[in-house]
Amino acid sequence: MTSQDENGPSDTSRTPVLAATGLTKSYGRVEALRGVDFELLPGEILAVIGDNGAGKSTLIKCLSGATTPDSGQLYLDGEEVTFRNPQAAQDAGIETVYQTLAVAPALDIASNLFLGRELRKKGPLGGLLRVLDFAEMRKQAKDHVSRMGIETLQDITQPVETLSGGQRQAVAVARAAAFGSKLVILDEPTAALGVRESGQVVKLIRQLRDNGLPIVLISHDMPSVFELADRIHVQRLGRRAAVISPKTHTMNDAVAIMTGARAA
Amino acid sequence: MAENLVTAPAGPPSADAKSRGPGNTVQHLLHAHPSLGPLVVLIVAAIIFDLINGRFFSAANLSIMLQEAAVIGLLALGQSIIILTAGIDLSVGAAMILAQMVMAGLAINSGWPVALAILLGLLVGLLTGLIDGVLVTRFHVPPFIGTLGTLGVFTALGLLYANGQTLTPGPNSLLVWTGTVIHIGSFSLTTGVLIMLALYLVVGFILARTAWGKHVYAVGDEPEASRLVGINTTRLLLSVYLLAGLVYAIAAWVQIGRVGDASTDISSTLNLDSITAAVIGGISLFGGRGVVLGTLFGALIVQVFQNGLALAGVQDLYQQLAEGLLVILAVAVDQWIRRVRK
Ligand SMILES: Nc1ncnc2c1ncn2[C@@H]1O[C@H](COP(=O)(O)OP(=O)(O)OP(=O)(O)O)[C@@H](O)[C@H]1O
Ligand SMILES: [Mg+2]
Repeated sequence: MTSQDENGPSDTSRTPVLAATGLTKSYGRVEALRGVDFELLPGEILAVIGDNGAGKSTLIKCLSGATTPDSGQLYLDGEEVTFRNPQAAQDAGIETVYQTLAVAPALDIASNLFLGRELRKKGPLGGLLRVLDFAEMRKQAKDHVSRMGIETLQDITQPVETLSGGQRQAVAVARAAAFGSKLVILDEPTAALGVRESGQVVKLIRQLRDNGLPIVLISHDMPSVFELADRIHVQRLGRRAAVISPKTHTMNDAVAIMTGARAA
Repeated sequence: MAENLVTAPAGPPSADAKSRGPGNTVQHLLHAHPSLGPLVVLIVAAIIFDLINGRFFSAANLSIMLQEAAVIGLLALGQSIIILTAGIDLSVGAAMILAQMVMAGLAINSGWPVALAILLGLLVGLLTGLIDGVLVTRFHVPPFIGTLGTLGVFTALGLLYANGQTLTPGPNSLLVWTGTVIHIGSFSLTTGVLIMLALYLVVGFILARTAWGKHVYAVGDEPEASRLVGINTTRLLLSVYLLAGLVYAIAAWVQIGRVGDASTDISSTLNLDSITAAVIGGISLFGGRGVVLGTLFGALIVQVFQNGLALAGVQDLYQQLAEGLLVILAVAVDQWIRRVRK
């Protein structure tokens, strides 16, 4: 285990993999973020919880380059960064699975895994004519999926639209894990899934963390959060209300802070 | 299979469920090979028309059909790439006529070197694509509305520039080179037909084998997901409209070769015909589905119906009826194929 936070949630002795200070973002008159601070430490699973509309998705969109904050700073390994678009964040090693499933249903599993990062053939065919190497992409996709132990994805050439919700989510998570060299962000990865399928995704998340990849997990599913998270960022009304540890706080504590019934 | 049964019994039945009826098999087949449907229609229609009139399958008649299909085939090709991105182009015909008048006008009225005039015509095609593309990507105008607007603009510009003239190039002009007849066996094709077939090959290859092609499908399928995986959707859409515009201008050149002159007095159904060919060819109006080979079949189907019904001595009216029914059938099949997910 990489993140035994002996010093409690406020441990600042290690440089956060990803940090943010004072993020704000407004959509018209709606202030989605009102100065959020954020830290993700090496090797940890940081859960982000909060009521509907608390700004969780907006926060992670700022972290992943899907949207640009109105103000505030982002730090990757302690260095200030700005992400103009999702590509920039991906290039920096941040992969995100969005709340709205980010897959192209008509394309097959392998194509989805490599979407936006297709492998070209060697030699002039790939260099000059930009021809893709489907065989290699399929091979790598197959290897990757089986290395992650996702048994449900059997046929890598199957169109994603023929898969169940859990399988699609597995594709999205597999994609993030394959290319996320720094960290992976998961926005409500189990929200649309049944109990059994959720269980599979939870297993997958734990596996990622065991491989040493830090994870930001947005979830409404308290039992999963308390089971998985090393620390919990509680988002409330566009701000970070508290950072708590599952070891020192109960689910009731968390909900109380989330709803404002209790100060942190 | 064993794992599958263990891991996902609660979920919806997976697609490879064993209990797949014959209808389901057809559905999956069409899903995997979207040009199969139009190919079958094309073959069946051709056989029926030949039974009605034995001249149908003669080399001469087949040659004429291919020659007639060249222009609409090219327009439908450009149209298809745009429809694949879930767009639509109502300005195809107008863009083609404008490019055609510029080519012929510069060469004949302004005395430009013909090659240069053609080049400029191709640039005009690119420009029409750029305008449509900018409207859609920068100003976020829905393609239907944006290209409805440019349909009017391009039509007016073409009429203004042509000023009512019919421009007839000399028989040896490069302008009518696309009408040059090439004899292959007992078939007589034209350079225009070969240009069309070559462009289908090239575009089909690019769509199927390159990242750009994959991204065209992805953007048509799920634009937001495509953006989030890092595809520059604006640039991609712009390049799609540019390519389509270029193809329309090439169609303009082929049209001059086919007819032997350039005038604005061309069938006003070109816009709808190109959409008809694409839709009959299995390109989904919702984007992200279909292959341009299907569009080629679609364009040929339209031609086969026109030609076959004419040979059978049937009124124009029935040809419109048949085309209309085919479009409805194609859209219904598309809807059915989309439900493959459950
Ligand atoms: N694109 C947008 N345009 C306008 N308002 C937005 C947009 N995205 C978010 N908002 C608003 O910003 C606020 C925060 O939304 P956000 O999606 O970040 O909440 P959330 O915590 O992820 O909620 P949920 O639990 O429902 O996913 C909400 O009031 C929402 O309506
Ligand atoms: Mg959200």
